[in-house]
Amino acid sequence: MTQPTQPAQPTQPASSRKTGAQILWESLAREGVTCVFGYPGGAILPAYDAMLDYPIRHILVRHEQGATHMADGYSRATGQVGVAIATSGPGATNMVTGLATAMLDSIPIVCITGQVGSKLIGSDAFQETDITGITLPVTKHNYLVTRADEVAKTVREAFYVARSGRPGPVLIDITKDAQQSSCEFVWPDPPKLRGYRPAHRPVAREIQHALDLIHSAKKPVILAGHGISISGAGAIVRQFAERTNIPVATTLLGIGSFPASHPLNLGMMGMHGEAWVNTAIQEADLLLAFGMRFDDRVTGNLKTYALNAKKIHIDIDPAEINKNVRVDVGLVGDLKETLEQLMPRIENCDKSDWNTYVNGLKGDAAVRDIQNLPDNGHLYAAHVINDIWRTTEGKAIVVTDVGQHQMWEAQYYKHDEDRSLITSGGLGTMGFALPAAIGAKVARPDAEVWVVVGDGGFQMTMCELATIAQENIDINIAIINNGFLGMVRQWQEFFYERRYAATPMSSPDFVKLTEAFGLKAARVEKRSDVIPTVEMARQHPGTMLIDFRVEQEDSVFPMVPAGNDLHNMIRRPSAIVETGADA
Amino acid sequence: MNLHTFVVHVENKPGVLTRVSSLIRRRGFNIESLTVGHAETEGESRMTIVVSTDDFGARRVESNLYKLIDVLRVDNVTNRPSVTRDLALIKVTATRETRVEIMQLAEAYRARIVDVAPGSLIVEVTGAEEKVDSMVEVLQPYGVLELARTGRVTMARGAIQEPEMTRDFEDVETTEDAAVSYSV
Repeated sequence: MTQPTQPAQPTQPASSRKTGAQILWESLAREGVTCVFGYPGGAILPAYDAMLDYPIRHILVRHEQGATHMADGYSRATGQVGVAIATSGPGATNMVTGLATAMLDSIPIVCITGQVGSKLIGSDAFQETDITGITLPVTKHNYLVTRADEVAKTVREAFYVARSGRPGPVLIDITKDAQQSSCEFVWPDPPKLRGYRPAHRPVAREIQHALDLIHSAKKPVILAGHGISISGAGAIVRQFAERTNIPVATTLLGIGSFPASHPLNLGMMGMHGEAWVNTAIQEADLLLAFGMRFDDRVTGNLKTYALNAKKIHIDIDPAEINKNVRVDVGLVGDLKETLEQLMPRIENCDKSDWNTYVNGLKGDAAVRDIQNLPDNGHLYAAHVINDIWRTTEGKAIVVTDVGQHQMWEAQYYKHDEDRSLITSGGLGTMGFALPAAIGAKVARPDAEVWVVVGDGGFQMTMCELATIAQENIDINIAIINNGFLGMVRQWQEFFYERRYAATPMSSPDFVKLTEAFGLKAARVEKRSDVIPTVEMARQHPGTMLIDFRVEQEDSVFPMVPAGNDLHNMIRRPSAIVETGADA
Repeated sequence: MNLHTFVVHVENKPGVLTRVSSLIRRRGFNIESLTVGHAETEGESRMTIVVSTDDFGARRVESNLYKLIDVLRVDNVTNRPSVTRDLALIKVTATRETRVEIMQLAEAYRARIVDVAPGSLIVEVTGAEEKVDSMVEVLQPYGVLELARTGRVTMARGAIQEPEMTRDFEDVETTEDAAVSYSV
């Protein structure tokens, strides 16, 4: 330690003294950050000024919520930490929705906000908000940095916390004076946090108990969740399923982590899951929950959920075990590592009777499938999404918003690739799709990125079209435009006697609007135009938007009404075939 | 539903109390009592938190507390032999006639008189909550002017044991390098 009485150390080069703002970018670069999404303002100005001297791409968003969703999409597409930056006050509060979205879906992002000078904190200064207080419940952890010499350590710690264990968002609030003042820059050692235990390993007796249940089960189902992606366990889950011959049901965020085309993949479970999947779960004698959290949207009524099934739950977060569903075996650990422990002791199993039975349940549902309807002159969202799937050969990254189109995407776009469906599951954030797709495209510039979004959600964040234009982002946007807030309308139809309170929605002319941003757009009203227009968008160098005018009062089937038993589904009425033919 | 008592060691940093109380509130639990003070180690604070819930709820409180980065250790001491104390300062009206009587009552509770004023006394009583409750009740007829209670402070008896929850899994030694594998 340098004593105050000693003269400056001659061995220290003068250049190692940096401002907090410089240290911020130096630290971000050392964490491997090459791109940030942000919006400048007074309290973050010193950081923006220093940014120009570092080789980090900055994408200017049109609203700070967009910045957080872009960082989120960036992270979901790659598994790396996404970074968003904003100023104090309104800049910071605009980030709250994005932080909550990332929190609910365990996405590692780091949000950096400017804060008023440390001497002004607590004085209601211009653009002051207590953003660490506000974001406490929607971040994995947050920091208030008031000194330049805390910046490097905090950034390093924040990235570590964001991506380790169960990932999540971290916010760093840096006061203006901490950005402006200078100190010696020292890149700190890897953080060791006494109170943070990100990694666990299940104990031997629990492993043995799990093995016994797996080998003796007659009607088992694997519930494949988001944890498979996060842990990078796709390959081993596949080996596990194949060796044990156990069929796989996925959650919404589990889609893609187990190939849709795999013969053991049953499809999505839950409120809008396939009927045979929910039936299989209700009749199962063993559920293997892999990195999923028994959300109410997948369980329905907990009192009647999978009553005959023993349950094995593998999750990295001890707080998830026995949270919603009481389990027989809880294995706390990283999914991949835990399955690596299990696999050498797994015997080949034959569950073919059960598989045959479950596959037999599909027949009835296939008849009701809208995909199998002949072209009756109406454009259905299911057709549009299915055609996008066929045209892109299932290889695009699809980023959805929230609502009916999101469920249709999950049902009709068959994802074989991990991280190829990006969607806000836990928080259900409308307005997520467009900015998240920008983030995904920046992270994976070679990938084909499609936005599937409703007319409602699109209007929440459509200002980011300007970001697309300014940054030359090349994505394609499919608006599933039914003139309603469709999912809410569907609930009103089923549960509120078709009283459509505040769900009919007018929209601007999306084609003209997009053209005003200097981007290409087209409108599609007939099924025969879907594939040629999708193909046109794929060939177009740059972003193209397609306004698909779909059936206005179509509903997502099957549906388990909220809180109902998982096996009591509302099925697609076959009458829809006639309805269609009438017109 | 019954009362669960947690002894929680936390980093002594700004905002830790907010983090802990906010977490318990947002997970839908009600804090019956919460005390904070310095612990035996420099830089650590010790909280005694009493929450009314069932066994599964208690487990959720514990596992969620562990998710807070500033929380170092959580012990659910509810079913362990332990010593619990509550301290109360009771200001009670005391006239010339009643003063001696109150002092005798206090003595019966091994309580102390810590302030004597012309019209009042301050009684300091320490003990299990029931004892303090009883002292307050006995003094009520004389006129309790002010009452300040600390809430429960609890310590398990005997040698320090492993926290109960961590027996179901092993903590793995982590460095940043180990954690990077999750992000691939």
